[in-house]
Amino acid sequence: MWVLLAIAVVVVGFALRLNSMLVVTAAGIVAGLIGGLSPVKILNAFGDGFAGSRSVTVFIVTLPVIGLIERYGLQHQARKLIGKLKVMTTGRLLAIYLLIRQGTAALGLTSIGGPAQAVRPLIAPMAAGAAERRYGPLPEKLQEKIKGFAASADTVGLFFGEDIFVAIGSILLITGFVDATYGLHLEAIDIALWAIPTGICALLIHGTRLLLLDRQLDKLHAASKAEGEQVTR
Amino acid sequence: MIKVEWFYWLCGLFFVLIALQVVNDRSNPKRLGSAAFWGILGLSFGYGTFVVNKQAPAWLLGIAVIGLAVLAGAGFPGRGHEQTSTPAERVRFADRFGNKLFLPALVIPVVAAIFGAWLAKVKINGNLLLQTGSATIIGLGVASLLALAVGMALLKPKSPAVPLHEGRRLLEHIGWAAILPQMLATLGLLFNASGVGKAVGRITDHLVPKGSLLAAVALYCIGMAVFTIIMGNAFAAFPVMTAAVGWPLLVQQFDGTPAVVFAIGMLAGFCGTLCTPMAANFNLVPAALLEMKDQYGPIKAQIPTAIPLLACNIALMYVFAF
Repeated sequence: MWVLLAIAVVVVGFALRLNSMLVVTAAGIVAGLIGGLSPVKILNAFGDGFAGSRSVTVFIVTLPVIGLIERYGLQHQARKLIGKLKVMTTGRLLAIYLLIRQGTAALGLTSIGGPAQAVRPLIAPMAAGAAERRYGPLPEKLQEKIKGFAASADTVGLFFGEDIFVAIGSILLITGFVDATYGLHLEAIDIALWAIPTGICALLIHGTRLLLLDRQLDKLHAASKAEGEQVTR
Repeated sequence: MIKVEWFYWLCGLFFVLIALQVVNDRSNPKRLGSAAFWGILGLSFGYGTFVVNKQAPAWLLGIAVIGLAVLAGAGFPGRGHEQTSTPAERVRFADRFGNKLFLPALVIPVVAAIFGAWLAKVKINGNLLLQTGSATIIGLGVASLLALAVGMALLKPKSPAVPLHEGRRLLEHIGWAAILPQMLATLGLLFNASGVGKAVGRITDHLVPKGSLLAAVALYCIGMAVFTIIMGNAFAAFPVMTAAVGWPLLVQQFDGTPAVVFAIGMLAGFCGTLCTPMAANFNLVPAALLEMKDQYGPIKAQIPTAIPLLACNIALMYVFAF
């Protein structure tokens, strides 16, 4: 039970907003030591864990080309384009992106979107552009709100779309673990089919919240205007 | 066969080139420590190949990784002066290139889709063209290189080093958060090896009420979400919660349909992923990439979706699995 102290290290570290890299490293060492691992084993775990999870960092290979087209005005162009589409409000744009992201992820096309290749260069500037058409230069509160929701549309769409695709990691983990541990023979397609009802709920809940975002932005804008907050753009 | 390791070496090369740029960047007040950070990271990506293949000791990489964490704790990597276009220049460029600017950005999803949907299944001489299970990553790597080629041909920057400078600008915004997801994956491994999962499982054992189906379903789903919030990963939560509640109670005692119980249980875990800074790649890295002031901004946008969605999962499992 003492090994749960490692979780306490994480929770307290994150709550105090200490450097996350140090918090995580400390928690790992604490867990290893209490769990009775030798120092060499702990170091081995750090090495194996890092080497085995390099795939989550591969998104950085998109940065040079994204940076290049940003230099030549991509974000400005994205804003301009959305500024012409009068019906496209921030909320509607993000709701449509959620639908596309979830639909393509359900077909197994998980790298079509993503924070580095889609949200930063295209979706976030478009969402901001739609809001600028409505309000003019955006106060910081609105910018932050829009960025947060742009990121959320991407993540929610991915999570509750990819599980509908048969060959995705989470489904293989379910069938692999359950078949090996309990001697069942689950079909991946059955697991995938039963991800559809939750997928629909996710689309309805988050889609509705995105559509309601426009009204929330109206309120925020009115409030920040009343406060006479410094416009920061 | 195209191997995924090639693309890890590409990432490593990118980090090493960044390190070389940073060491010469006099505008960066922390240039030595920053260059050390990116340099060690780049070499770790290459060395990782040998660790995965069991050809080199993992503890050496472990020391390097802890070194990276210490550098991050000491405030590295820092940022240099950004060498990019001014807002006014960007407006002029945008007028000049117009919607062609979208072309390189669209190459990435199109090529990635071709790799994921088609090339992943192509065989040459009976062997798969792409390494099994890595089509997405290989696709993303190839797509980025192709998009870069298209961008260079279209925009004709003065120097071939321009994309590297621009890539560094974005990477320096992300900083050490770029490798936090890998650190958390490592933490998950250590948690498992030292029995954190088992300890949490023992606690849930005491919480299971006798005889109430709805309570058992709720415990499985909420337990998946909470354990995922702690571990940052529904994959780590699934075996523990399934061994404690999902299998013995829901399937064996209450005779639930296994496919429904396990599919929805995993998705209940995903509701937890939406709420936790431990899932850094989904929640903290986007905040850094979007240059947000509040690193918890995306999580705040997601929690009000996660809670009703968790309730939906409980209801769906209760209705359809029994």
